[in-house]
Amino acid sequence: MDVILYLIPAALFLGLLGLAAFLWALKSGQFEDLDGAARRILFDDDTPDGAPPEK
Amino acid sequence: MTAQVIKRQNASSFPGDAAGAQVAALCWHCGALLDSKSTQTGFCCGGCEAAFGIVQKLGLTTYYRKRVLDPKLHPPKPEPGPGTEDFSAFVATDPDGSHRIHLMVEGLHCAACVWLIETALAQQPNVTAARINMTTRRLVLGWAGAPERVNELTGLVSSLGYRVVPYDPAQLSRAMSARDRELLLAMAVAGFAAGNVMLLSISVWAGFGEGMGPVTRELLYWFSALIALPAIAYAGWPFFRSALGALAHGRANMDVPISLAVIIAAGMSVYETATGGRYAYFDAAVTLLFFLLIGRYLDSRARSLARSAGERLVALTATAATVEEPSGARRLLPPASLKSGMIVIAAPGQRIAIDGRIREGTSDVDTSLITGETIPARVQPGSRVFAGTLNLTGMLRIEVSGAGEATLLAEIVRLMEAAEQGRAHYVALADKVARAYVPAVHGLAAATFLVWFFALGAPWQASLLNAVAVLIVTCPCALALAVPVVQVVASGRLLRRGILLKSATALERLSDIDTVVFDKTGTLTEGTPVLHPDPAIPRSALMAAAGLAGASAHPLARALHRAVPQAKTPAGVIEVPGFGLKLITARGDLRLGSRRWCGVAEVPDAGGEGPELWFVEPGAPPIRFRFFDAPRSDAAEVVAALMRSGIAVEMLSGDRRETAGEVARNVGIQRFAAECAPAGKTARLQALAASGRRAMMVGDGLNDAPALAAAHVSMSPSAAADISRNAADVVFQGAALSPVLETIGVARGAQRLVKQNFALALLYNAVTVPLAMAGFMTPLVAAIAMSSSSLLVTGNALRLARRRISWT
Repeated sequence: MDVILYLIPAALFLGLLGLAAFLWALKSGQFEDLDGAARRILFDDDTPDGAPPEK
Repeated sequence: MTAQVIKRQNASSFPGDAAGAQVAALCWHCGALLDSKSTQTGFCCGGCEAAFGIVQKLGLTTYYRKRVLDPKLHPPKPEPGPGTEDFSAFVATDPDGSHRIHLMVEGLHCAACVWLIETALAQQPNVTAARINMTTRRLVLGWAGAPERVNELTGLVSSLGYRVVPYDPAQLSRAMSARDRELLLAMAVAGFAAGNVMLLSISVWAGFGEGMGPVTRELLYWFSALIALPAIAYAGWPFFRSALGALAHGRANMDVPISLAVIIAAGMSVYETATGGRYAYFDAAVTLLFFLLIGRYLDSRARSLARSAGERLVALTATAATVEEPSGARRLLPPASLKSGMIVIAAPGQRIAIDGRIREGTSDVDTSLITGETIPARVQPGSRVFAGTLNLTGMLRIEVSGAGEATLLAEIVRLMEAAEQGRAHYVALADKVARAYVPAVHGLAAATFLVWFFALGAPWQASLLNAVAVLIVTCPCALALAVPVVQVVASGRLLRRGILLKSATALERLSDIDTVVFDKTGTLTEGTPVLHPDPAIPRSALMAAAGLAGASAHPLARALHRAVPQAKTPAGVIEVPGFGLKLITARGDLRLGSRRWCGVAEVPDAGGEGPELWFVEPGAPPIRFRFFDAPRSDAAEVVAALMRSGIAVEMLSGDRRETAGEVARNVGIQRFAAECAPAGKTARLQALAASGRRAMMVGDGLNDAPALAAAHVSMSPSAAADISRNAADVVFQGAALSPVLETIGVARGAQRLVKQNFALALLYNAVTVPLAMAGFMTPLVAAIAMSSSSLLVTGNALRLARRRISWT
């Protein structure tokens, strides 16, 4: 059972990593405009009128 | 090159393609229904045709294919008339020489609108940033070069049919308020801790059966403490702070038992772990926080969304004023820096930013924002004008008598704030429950200790342990979730119908109203004049008059032109501010305007009251056009439904007695008061409150704002003046009045569910408290009981989302 002595800290560390990632996302404004981000992908910025980009 | 060709093909094939055939009767740009005449052009007005041209020229016609117009919102139809508002006073300049302006965009329907505006702006030279936040409908625009280019850029957006208004970002709350953010962070931390502590706790519970050694258990408990204690210290802070605040005022709210339960559970668990005890409640403490934070966050988020939609702005004070200096030079100043005695110039189409007296010029002024009156007032030198009114027809020179805090507008805001004070001591049901609950629970815990220690002779540690178990198990999880969960479900349901709840206690207050007071203009009615159809008027005269009317921004002229939109406006129409329109032809003058302007003698009136326009042609008798303000299509039904359910309905109006009486008759309201000033409306609501009635006020004008604040609860249509939207508890969108019924129905349903939830939570306590007092409580039992009661309460609340609301 000695294995839990380092498994638990390892699990906690990974969990903390996830938490830190979430906090970073929150701080950098990723949650400011949820509607906009979801729908923006439907439009191509660089090809007006759906024309294929010129080769 | 390829792109070029395809672009042109797309654009030219557009008005004739397959999809086009089905929707041929709609305007290409704004989607409005077309009449037979304008079907040929495909546009309802010149503004839309021009907008379509701009979109085509920029190569953005994908917009029309991808957009989804929301019939409840204003269509993207460019405002006719001069849209020459000067925004340069709101431009901020960065140290690197680039400029920025923050704008609110109104009329965004879907992502295509966002894309169109962003792409169109980005194609302009030197534009460095154009980004719209779709959630808050705010646009940040950045460019290099001259700051004056702001008007050119915003002009582009307005000519596409979207209204923009500048705002000061420092004054408006961000989309995610500081409070939401704090709750979200706390929730993330609590969620992380709850997951990990639960993982360790389950090992411990399993260990009881599998023969886990006390050393391993202690180790797991210490790990739990390591995670739980910092998490509680951080994530519990929103509750601790609110509990401390309440205690400091000598009150108890729901956060007091929550804080106590969490702190005591954590403290006892540490003690147990340190002394090698069997039970620790770290998981209970952290999951309790996590569940509650979810409820709190969703609740707070729903309301800040409603607030940011309601808080459309400061359009009234946002317009900079053009000041004319004694030397004749003109400059733009923000209204705050204006002083009495300065001369301000108001061009036609501009909002007047100050209170003052007219020095020079005649015009018509739209005072609907202040008085609720639909028909503009004629002003001439010597007349007083007020901030927030709209100058319609002529250029005015105004001497400032009050600006900023000294205006009538500011006075109304003060009146509103004073009225709001009266409502501040409303006590929410949850807090009432908490007031009774806290002493009861603490009494039980004390009794448990005393009985175990004295009557049963247990050692003090064991007695204390049992008393603490009572405190933990009565943990107010279900009780504290009872209200927020219902709130979230109810506001979600209302949001789908375009109804925004701004106040936390609005639903509760809505559920017990017995009187509804409506404002007339803009609430019961649509707020725009409509031409009274009169078959006696010859068609040719109607066409000629409507043609003339097309040249003016006066609301009555606009209404006449709307009635006959195919009428062509001839060139050379002269507008004489304050009087009317004139066209000089070879046959003589055509005139459209007031009775005096058309030279019609004052005769004893034959045909009733109301706004009117006269039209004279050479060699024909003068013709009178009458207008009325049409009630909202379902106003009569809504009033009838309210009365059927036993709610008294009244109407208050600032309009003349005859006009008000006619509308009241049309929608079936018996009790009404006309010619009410803002203070009069407030007085009526206070009188109702004094006689023990709980009244809801529905109103939209600026003059209604104090009454909205004085009412037990208030609603406002979203087209209302910004300030009354801010004063209202509930804001609804759309042209129908039925949201009033829906809101009351949902509020009553929600209140029933809240009471059921409280009953469920108390029932759960009735079962578990005796267990805890008898000393049978283990962490496993506590966790199961707590989660199941929370789930039960949440499940019960979800029933509101689908249930039909009946109206009887």
